[in-house]
Amino acid sequence: MVDVAIVGTGHSKFGNRTDVNLQELAWEAVKQALEESNLDQKDIDMFVVGNAGGWSSESLSAIVIGEYCNLAPKGTMRVEAACATGSAALRIAYQAIKAGDAKIAMVIGAEQMHQSPNLVAVEMMGRAGNYFWEFENFGLTFPGYYALYATRRMAKFGMKEEDLGEIAIKNHYYGSFNPYAMFQKQIKMDEYMKSRVVAYPLKVYDACPITDGAAAVILASEEVAKKITDSPVWVASQGFKSGTANLSKRDDFISIDAARLATEEAYKKAKIDFENSWRYFDVAEVHDCFTIAEIMAYEDLGFAKRGEGHLLAREEQTYIGGKIPVNVDGGLKAKGHPIGATGVSMAVSIARQLLYRAHKGTQVEVKNGMGITHNVGGTGHYAYVTIFSLKKPSA
Amino acid sequence: MGVTEIKERQFNEIDKKALEQIDLLIKNSGMPIMRDLKTNNLLWVDVRELTQRFMIPIGRIYKFFDQLSKGKIIGTKCPKCGSIYFPPQDDCTKCKVSGLDVIELSGEGELLTYTIITVKPVSFMHYQDYIVGIARLKEGINILAWVNEKPEDVKVGMKVKVNITKREPEGYFTYELRKIQ
Ligand SMILES: [Zn+2]
Repeated sequence: MVDVAIVGTGHSKFGNRTDVNLQELAWEAVKQALEESNLDQKDIDMFVVGNAGGWSSESLSAIVIGEYCNLAPKGTMRVEAACATGSAALRIAYQAIKAGDAKIAMVIGAEQMHQSPNLVAVEMMGRAGNYFWEFENFGLTFPGYYALYATRRMAKFGMKEEDLGEIAIKNHYYGSFNPYAMFQKQIKMDEYMKSRVVAYPLKVYDACPITDGAAAVILASEEVAKKITDSPVWVASQGFKSGTANLSKRDDFISIDAARLATEEAYKKAKIDFENSWRYFDVAEVHDCFTIAEIMAYEDLGFAKRGEGHLLAREEQTYIGGKIPVNVDGGLKAKGHPIGATGVSMAVSIARQLLYRAHKGTQVEVKNGMGITHNVGGTGHYAYVTIFSLKKPSA
Repeated sequence: MGVTEIKERQFNEIDKKALEQIDLLIKNSGMPIMRDLKTNNLLWVDVRELTQRFMIPIGRIYKFFDQLSKGKIIGTKCPKCGSIYFPPQDDCTKCKVSGLDVIELSGEGELLTYTIITVKPVSFMHYQDYIVGIARLKEGINILAWVNEKPEDVKVGMKVKVNITKREPEGYFTYELRKIQ
């Protein structure tokens, strides 16, 4: 099978980007990726746009972006997998190259959530569960869905609110070093504890913000990758799974089943031992739309035993220098979570980490040459786990 | 109070303010353009509003709503494999059998988890803060609903029962979870 590598990356500043529209925002990332790889639009065989949609005015976002970025008439589509949209877009490009259908493919993730007023945003995200049975009558919000997991875990494992706070503090700490992050201010435990409750037990500081942003990666087949760059970052494997729309149809509320299953699939392909998985990676990007999600990610990825994810946070083992550095670009929590761009942004972060191109204060030590992204859509509706490596997977 | 009155009281105020703002902008500059308060960036304020109300087909599971209005909560059961479905559905997609049996649920179970929604969606603004919980019923299925108890009385693991109630102020039948004393 053909191996696939990232040969170029691009990332816009995340935040309240009311200075640009959706296509102008996408161009910031596209331009950077083209320049970095020294490629021109004519070299791109196809482009995939990750855009969850519904937030901004243009409904056919892939076309609007393709037109503006001078990528038309190359083939395209808009891909949706809720908050895992970016990883899904990456998958399409990855598979197209693997299948021999394209040699160079561009993945663009973009979302401009601020086009919708805040009140509408809360409503839109709440509707993203099972609309009829969980929203229409019971008005669950997005923090509410994750709060159900937090309550259960607090009752079952003795997890404390402060343990969740540790995640927020770490991610804001690293966000402060990332010029692309939406929040660049560090926070302290007392600020965390005092922040307003949005869905008990989750507070404002447990939640990622509503963000505008774009990210892009250029993927190439091994045949052309070597001509484009002498430092390709290979896609080693990817696992993807789905969960139920109805939260009530899930078994227990301590783990994101889809994420655990996607992890097992990705690890199996990359021959990684689940129990010792943290030993294989230099850095991880996990889906921390809420602090509780990052704690569950530790367990679903095998970095901590079931029920002990919060202990890893309590012991500060996910800072640089700890057992496994996680979300050292600030994570969704501080960097921001422009839904369609998030998965692509994670890939950009890992690629730049492995190449020692991370921002000052966020660079990990690269010993194994491997990194991982964990991208969950909805509240475990979709899950994508992707492994990146400096070593060619088939070598 | 019906849906119309609620809509008028709660939401027209937001809509009206937005429309007045657009009028004001156009009057001042001949364009629906404003400056973002925080960043001073220029924004075009959409003059074409999109509102949507979905029409959701419920004919296949109408018996659920029929029974609910009579004070009963039902699920469906596959005559072939015995699977119980809640929310109810009329197809057992495991056995590929349709027209499932109706079973009345015990309505008794244990609270698995809950949250208190304090930042509400626009369409829920007219309610007080509400508690959403998930309970596991004796039949082994889960049910998600509001827990109509005081927050300090709600605990993970407590015994609960499903109660049929009218959702006020709209006045339609729905179900809630209550603590078993
Ligand atoms: Zn059956």
